[in-house]
Amino acid sequence: MLNVYGTELRSRLLLGTSRYPSPAVLTAAVKASRAQVVTVSLRRESSGERAGQGFWSIIRELGVRVLPNTAGCHSVKEAVTTAHMAREVFGTSWIKLEVIGEDDTLQPDVFGLVEAARTLAADGFQVFPYTTEDLVVADRLLDAGCRLLMPWGAPIGSGRGLNNLFGLKALRAHFPDVPLVIDAGIGLPSHATQAMELGFDALLINTAVAQAADPVRMAAAFAQAVEAGYEGRLAGPMEPRDMATPSTPVIGTAFLR
Amino acid sequence: MKILVNGAWRDTDAGDLAAALQELGYGDAVVATALNGEFVAAGSRPRARLNDGDRLEILAPMQGG
Repeated sequence: MLNVYGTELRSRLLLGTSRYPSPAVLTAAVKASRAQVVTVSLRRESSGERAGQGFWSIIRELGVRVLPNTAGCHSVKEAVTTAHMAREVFGTSWIKLEVIGEDDTLQPDVFGLVEAARTLAADGFQVFPYTTEDLVVADRLLDAGCRLLMPWGAPIGSGRGLNNLFGLKALRAHFPDVPLVIDAGIGLPSHATQAMELGFDALLINTAVAQAADPVRMAAAFAQAVEAGYEGRLAGPMEPRDMATPSTPVIGTAFLR
Repeated sequence: MKILVNGAWRDTDAGDLAAALQELGYGDAVVATALNGEFVAAGSRPRARLNDGDRLEILAPMQGG
């Protein structure tokens, strides 16, 4: 079980709710993923359309936990205000904290991130910071009150997998007891398996599922991929070698030349 | 007076934020509010006075990653 701020989760796959072809596909994909946590956001609501009310009733019917984000925030003040609004609307102190510093890569502004995390932790939030693999930033985030980190695999929505294997391995090794959730950049189920085999605790995936030709099937594939990587890690992988080693015993081989 | 609601100018006679939400048609909708960039909790809306030129943000649940 994965312990997230005192909540035990069976599933190590967290799913985003954005960019699905329809609400029905979203609902089916969440079920197929077996995710217990989905991410949500806040946007301007028109009093006429009330699109947000319909979306919220769909999510509530799924019976999953929600992790609100501060997507689109570029400053500490925006992120902190959005977090307070999300806590009231969604009724949870969990907040996936994003402070974006650069628009082409959606790279986090790690300086603003640490400042916002400290403010929110002091206000009683349980902060899930979207960060890079930088060790010093990770240390500052933990010092600010975060009990979990969400390092990026690759830029949001890029589907490139784990861009900096060396840095991610170093992060895992440096903080063996901190829950680390890979957030962003995953494109294929094999990327998810790789992350779990490296010892990461969970993954948050959105675009790779939502934009697949068959999102429901892909959601199920990611559920299996995360499980396979987790079990493989626990099973203790063999050490790779440069040269071949016969897997079939050579003793007793027939002499037939 | 005129206030900026989610980026669009609206005429209102409402004196406070709670009254403005009713007047603008949000009724019982699940929304969060910010006035001039500051979060206003639901319970504080009746005490949040409105002034000409105020910026009001009304947000609701939406898909997110």
